[in-house]
Amino acid sequence: MSSLAISLLDLEPDASVCLEAEDYQKRPGKWCAGCGDFGAMNAVKRLLAKEQLQPDRTVFVSGIGCSSRFPHYVNAYGFHGIHGRALPVATGVKLARPELDVFVTMGDGDCTSIGAGHWIHATRYNANMVVMMLDNNIYGLTKNQTSPTTPQGHKSMTSPRGAALPALDPLQATLGVSNASFVAQTADWVPAHLFATLQAAYDHPGFSFIRILQRCPKFTPDVFQEKVQNPDLIELLVHENGVDVPSLEQLFKARRVHDPLNIDDARALAQRRDMLRLGVFYRNDSLPVYEDVRAVPKVSAEEKVARLNKEFERYAV
Amino acid sequence: MDTAANRDIQVNEVSEHTVEIITNSGEGAQKCAQIFGQTCAKMGNGVWTVEIIPAEIEPPHHTVTSTSGNIIRFGTDIITNWGDQSKLAIAFNDQVLLSRHRLDSLRDDCIILLEAAWEKTEDEELRRMYDEAMEEMSSKNYRFILVPYEEEALKIVDNPNHGKNMFALGILAEIYQRDLSIIEKQIAHIFRFKPAKVTEKNIQLVKAGIDWAKENLDFRYHIKSVPFEEERIVMNGNQAAALGAIAAGMELCAMYPITPATSVSHELAEVIENYGGIVHQAEDEIAAAGVAIGASYAGKVALTVTSGPGMALKTEFLALAIMVEVPLVVLDVQRGGPSTGLPTKVEQSDLLSSIYGQPGDAPRVVMAPRTIEECFHAMVTARRIAETFRMVVIVLTDANLATGVQQFTRPELDVRWQQGAIDQSPVPEGLKPYDWDPETGLSKRIIPGMPKGQHTVTGLAHDQESLVSYHPSSNELGMKMRSRKLAVFQSTLKPPEIHGDEEGDMLVVGWGSTQGAIVDAVDRARAEGHKVSTCQLTFLSPLEPGLKKIFSRFKKVMTVEINYSDTPGDPYINEDSRRFGQLAWLLRAHTLVDVDCWTSCPGQPLRPRDIYDNIMAKLDPTEKGVAA
Repeated sequence: MSSLAISLLDLEPDASVCLEAEDYQKRPGKWCAGCGDFGAMNAVKRLLAKEQLQPDRTVFVSGIGCSSRFPHYVNAYGFHGIHGRALPVATGVKLARPELDVFVTMGDGDCTSIGAGHWIHATRYNANMVVMMLDNNIYGLTKNQTSPTTPQGHKSMTSPRGAALPALDPLQATLGVSNASFVAQTADWVPAHLFATLQAAYDHPGFSFIRILQRCPKFTPDVFQEKVQNPDLIELLVHENGVDVPSLEQLFKARRVHDPLNIDDARALAQRRDMLRLGVFYRNDSLPVYEDVRAVPKVSAEEKVARLNKEFERYAV
Repeated sequence: MDTAANRDIQVNEVSEHTVEIITNSGEGAQKCAQIFGQTCAKMGNGVWTVEIIPAEIEPPHHTVTSTSGNIIRFGTDIITNWGDQSKLAIAFNDQVLLSRHRLDSLRDDCIILLEAAWEKTEDEELRRMYDEAMEEMSSKNYRFILVPYEEEALKIVDNPNHGKNMFALGILAEIYQRDLSIIEKQIAHIFRFKPAKVTEKNIQLVKAGIDWAKENLDFRYHIKSVPFEEERIVMNGNQAAALGAIAAGMELCAMYPITPATSVSHELAEVIENYGGIVHQAEDEIAAAGVAIGASYAGKVALTVTSGPGMALKTEFLALAIMVEVPLVVLDVQRGGPSTGLPTKVEQSDLLSSIYGQPGDAPRVVMAPRTIEECFHAMVTARRIAETFRMVVIVLTDANLATGVQQFTRPELDVRWQQGAIDQSPVPEGLKPYDWDPETGLSKRIIPGMPKGQHTVTGLAHDQESLVSYHPSSNELGMKMRSRKLAVFQSTLKPPEIHGDEEGDMLVVGWGSTQGAIVDAVDRARAEGHKVSTCQLTFLSPLEPGLKKIFSRFKKVMTVEINYSDTPGDPYINEDSRRFGQLAWLLRAHTLVDVDCWTSCPGQPLRPRDIYDNIMAKLDPTEKGVAA
């Protein structure tokens, strides 16, 4: 066991202290009324309480955008960085401190546009973290510009005559990446599903990518409206290894049993446009996790000096 | 038998010599030079080697652009730079040789051991090229000796490209009377992962070269070597920086491949896992910075290694690290710019962008090791500064230090340089994430895992609690505190040492890798009675203290740098329009002294003679008259 692990044993949490969901709220979120980010926040707080995660051993990392304000409102360590670059920072945290629980929040512009390169590669690294991509189909904080996931034809300040291109599908993209290990989709307006998806993501050892469809009351109030009002337009993917919430059976009639280990089906389902699908598209718990495959034994300072002195022999004159 | 051995052999006693090994890339010049340089070092000579590298992996052979090779300057004393011109050259074809001739790299009386095959080649085009090259080079008094490298190598190996270099090494060994047993050991080490017969063949080739030289060469050079007392090691600047990073206890290096910095990570990748660390090859330069910052934020000070274009990409992240006060060490092995510029060649053009390359005010430490030895120690120093001051520290080396090989005193490692386990003690009641000492701006870093320390760092303007704050006074306090740390750090520095007298007619100021060449040039001027001194700066941000006072004791202050500046007298260039070298800019602004500069960006290290010539040209003519 490493010396670090030993020192942490001394700091085992006091089991008698039970943290409630509200204990994980550092301060109220300053999002617009009706913003889907609140729903995500509630689900996260529930998860943290359920898992009794220690606030001082949990790190929330974000980039820039409305959803990237997340770390400011959670009672945990937080790193609110720069636009598009949450994932490299989170990867660094995980490499240095694999024992910390790491959560990442990004928006659609943050993740699929300016941070797209990092998204592809972080998926492949498969470091163990929960990654929430809060997708409201628009740039909100900079006030209404087209993002890669904006529906074709949707008007914005930068596409006053409507978005020219078909929207990018983050699920298809993520499922195409080698070593992708967990890809799920959920929606802010189905809290039970959102929570269950977060739980599955947390339980999964690896890079858990969740696209959370998130309503923006200011700039895209209509993009999800039809689906919010008509659950028949939504199909739930259910499976014991994915997400299956019995309480949703009444509301959501369309249910499909999908084994998350089946990547071909996952890709085929992600590609279909007939319905909106929520659930775990893919989950494989046996893929290599980056901080595990890169783990090296700790070496004491004295031993390092001894080894380096020996290293010098290679260069001795 | 008529051999050189029973003719008169002229043995020349010299204090130093410079040899070039010039080949097509892929013909093994590096290995030959590496072993030769190591052997000289092990015998007690001072050595400096420089690589001649084409930017492409294997450009078309037998052309003036395919030149690959090494320059090895060695002598009785410590050698600190590549000197002026080469006195002996091994050349595997006329075209690569011609490229060196055109660069004026060869002394007028250079002895050139040229491959014999091309003179009589049946390929008319090659022979025409050969004749034209020889004609062009006839302007110099080179002494040509034709050597059948290929023919002799073929007697031992099937592919001459895997043998000519060792045959040439044998010739050098004989000319300079090198110790064969050391060469044999070096060969065995280099080919330790190959079958034993590879080592045997290579030694056989070296011996054949020695025999050939004994039979055919009528000259030898004798360079006295003075055995040294202390233990020494020999390596290039990138290796030194890599081992320095390990000595400093850094356990994560995040990088993206870029010339000429990559070999730092090669060296680290080879060994760092034995020290509990890893090299993370990121998807791009930006991510490399991000991963290093994330790792530093959550643990020990991390490292990212890059070169100019990579620095440009990392700027936003570096500003973030400065803003959130996450310690970070950045090694920038400078190359020629702008843009892709001269990827394999030296330049000192990242100075101002390293200090000011961010939007907003982003104070950080910038330091430049001056020697290969300092490349090692700079990493230890950088890490400590980064941690003590919660600061980004940029270490500027360059392609000259990166690939130059020199021996230096084996560092005495200190266990205290290693970083202990990160602090995981509970955060004292009331301690704020930015509990700036109002005097110094220093504050204790709170690291994830520290109980009761949870807070969110942000690149947005923030107060001492790390809460986003757009309040005018809060923003100004943050600015002031981040900047104050530089002043506090500067107060710990000593004024730079002056090489030469403390006052005089001219002070030559350099920074980083040019020290050796500048000192040689200044010593040459001093030997002629000129009142010239020099100082070489290591810290550029903050600048070392006392500069204005030092400058006031000299009639003229001039920087010497490997970057661009306008040449007075050129069209449109006048006092109004002239752009100065980067250090000159800095010093003029900092000291209000009318600092002049001589800079050059030839894509190669500065030559002492060029520096000397420009010192003489810039010295007050009346002063020159006195000295003459």
